Amino acid sequence: MDLTYTPEEEDFRARLRQWLGEVLPLLPAKPAATDWPGRRAYDAAWQRMLYDAGYAGLHWPRDAGGQGVTPAQHLIFLEETELAGAPYVGANFVGLLHAGPTIVAEGTPEQRARWLPPILRGDEIWCQGFSEPDAGSDLAALRTRAVRDGDTYVISGSKIWTSHAEIADWCELLVRTDPEAPKHRGISWLAMPMDAPGVTVRPLRTLAGSAEFAEVFLDEVRVPAADRVGAENDGWRVTNVTLAFERGTAFVGEVVACRRVLGALARTARDNGRWDDAVLRRRLGRLSAEFTALWRLTQWNVSASRSAGGAPGAGGSVFKLRYSHARQELYDAAAEVLGAGALDADHTWVADRLSALSYTIAAGTSQIQRNIVAERILGLPKGR
Amino acid sequence: MDFQPADEQRALRDGARELLAARFGRDRLRAAVDDPTLDRALWRELGDAGFFALRLPEAVGGVGLGLPEAVLVFEETGRALLPGPLVACQLLAGLVDGVATGEKIVGLCDAVTGPGGGAAGPVLWEHPADCDELISVQGAEASVESVGGALAGEASVAETGRGRVAMAYRSVAARVSRAPFASVDPLTPLARVTDVPCTAPLALDVPRLRREAALLTAAQQLGSAARTVDMAVAYARERAQFGAPIGSFQAIKHLCAQMLVRAETARCAVYAASITGCAREVTGAKMLADHAAVWNARDCLQVHGGMGFTWEADVHLHLKRAWLRAERWGTACDAEEVLAADLVACGGGL
Ligand SMILES: Cc1cc2nc3c(=O)[nH]c(=O)nc-3n(C[C@H](O)[C@H](O)[C@H](O)COP(=O)(O)OP(=O)(O)OC[C@H]3O[C@@H](n4cnc5c(N)ncnc54)[C@H](O)[C@@H]3O)c2cc1C
Repeated sequence: MDLTYTPEEEDFRARLRQWLGEVLPLLPAKPAATDWPGRRAYDAAWQRMLYDAGYAGLHWPRDAGGQGVTPAQHLIFLEETELAGAPYVGANFVGLLHAGPTIVAEGTPEQRARWLPPILRGDEIWCQGFSEPDAGSDLAALRTRAVRDGDTYVISGSKIWTSHAEIADWCELLVRTDPEAPKHRGISWLAMPMDAPGVTVRPLRTLAGSAEFAEVFLDEVRVPAADRVGAENDGWRVTNVTLAFERGTAFVGEVVACRRVLGALARTARDNGRWDDAVLRRRLGRLSAEFTALWRLTQWNVSASRSAGGAPGAGGSVFKLRYSHARQELYDAAAEVLGAGALDADHTWVADRLSALSYTIAAGTSQIQRNIVAERILGLPKGR
Repeated sequence: MDFQPADEQRALRDGARELLAARFGRDRLRAAVDDPTLDRALWRELGDAGFFALRLPEAVGGVGLGLPEAVLVFEETGRALLPGPLVACQLLAGLVDGVATGEKIVGLCDAVTGPGGGAAGPVLWEHPADCDELISVQGAEASVESVGGALAGEASVAETGRGRVAMAYRSVAARVSRAPFASVDPLTPLARVTDVPCTAPLALDVPRLRREAALLTAAQQLGSAARTVDMAVAYARERAQFGAPIGSFQAIKHLCAQMLVRAETARCAVYAASITGCAREVTGAKMLADHAAVWNARDCLQVHGGMGFTWEADVHLHLKRAWLRAERWGTACDAEEVLAADLVACGGGL
């Protein structure tokens, strides 16, 4: 058990810190939360800066255009960029954390060459078209049909909760290619251009008032069969590669950020007198231990994935369960610190309180995560 | 950075688990419930196996390992519910002759005084009838300001308290006046020390002793929390109702999943604290491990149904020990206040 970093890793940290200090002041002003084209441009500009400096796709293998760094260096990168207040992965999330890794793992050399460089440069934005109105937790029940017509698929159906659909260039799309097969066996993974004829995007308003996800209607959309990743009807396995990545290191920066928010909450409470409330004080003290432990759990999972060959294991579900709950508690505590100020929707802590509500739902609900932990880690029998 | 235990560390843990399974299996555990007098022969075997001398330098006959290894071994004692003043003997092995080998058994009590100078609470003594000596640490509880200082770096002995120096004293057990009472944990007889003696002073770093006592106690809590997950899962697989194993019902599955999440989160906190030795991490780890041990035992009891409420099942033994340990070397309330003060003083850095 070793928490120290090697001299090379510390050197990596020092160079990264210096670079961040130089380039962050050059970033343009942050766009408004509702200015989606502006947000896309901003996130793309940041990704381009990372690319030019050799920090894009850090943990991707070199033959996929990545830097092939160790998991520890990747962790340092996520920690340092957060500490420096660098932008989040933002609109590049699906490309860098879902679609990209899937193409790295399962794509042909031509597919890698076509899609990976623009993801790493921030030139192309991806979205994830998995969920459907009748297929959420039970994702394998999806019904969007893809019918083969020569060397193209003709796709009809609808997707829902598609984050960033409005600004995306590509969609990693799950479709049913064999309606007769058992539900997990008739699914394929396709890359679909969002500007293809027959694609209609209708934004949905979240409870936070923003329009970050959308419904996507597909009416006889034609996609070349060459843009299928993995074998036909093997999309469920291909997808599980993606989902495992989603639960890996996606939240590292946020854990660092949560500890910083906690420090700010304590100081605010000291200044506004709420600190005299022992119940609130103790709550903040408890959350401090919580987020320290979550940081250690991240390091634990990263170390475990190294011995398992890079793939994040079921430890990701343990982390997601604990973290999504802790994040909600953090912002509930923030509301207590703010008192009536928590009714001001423009306050960042209030906006974050609202968005935290999605954490126990998105990327597999807490109930589904508990099923995974119980069945895959603890080996309890499957049931109804 | 590789946070996973190294091969030698895994081997050490497995060795401890095997030794305890062979020497303190279920029969011995249940016999100890009826008669909690410590088994001196077992104690000497533990001494021979290096349980107490684990961290002493090899030059003086120790094993020469560190706090992380001690934590792995103590986790196993928690799993096995091994009774006795293990924490005291591990921490005092280098200071009191005969403890390292298991010849002598010492107790450790913390006579913390509150900020006003009076006693902060009853001074507890585990296994008073089995101890040859009692080591008492005394001195004012660290004030919030000095805790802030201690958190920032290594605490020195003189730093704690409001100008008073925390000290440790050793006393022959027979001379210490005590008031035994019915311990909630049948495996751990308890007494209140009614008059804390101040005989021969012992040169040791009291803040560090308290920190390590909290950490080793947390490691035992972790072992118990992990064990009750196993017990609940095993029972959920074998017990059937409505024609199916109860483990196929989602309500039971989700209880078990939450238990694992608690244990694994506590594990990371405890292991990390054993590596950094940082006061803030030890405090948080103890709090999370206490919570995991107590609530995993509670949920394990629920999974066992009526069987869980019996004297016969071992579940209550885990719960009662977890309650006892949660009272020792820093309660949740203390920890929350200390960590809150640290947030104001140091901000929310990692
Ligand atoms: C902010 C946000 C962004 C998202 N972005 C995307 C995206 O980009 N692309 C995409 O494809 N999807 C996206 N999703 C969708 C997300 O993956 C689904 O919402 C999620 O998987 C749950 O599906 P559902 O909404 O249909 O809920 P349902 O599956 O209908 O669940 C409703 C309730 O029933 C419970 N439940 C369901 N099945 C079980 C079971 N077997 N056992 C116990 N309880 C059960 C659930 O836990 C939940 O409490 C996003 C969601 C959110 C909130």
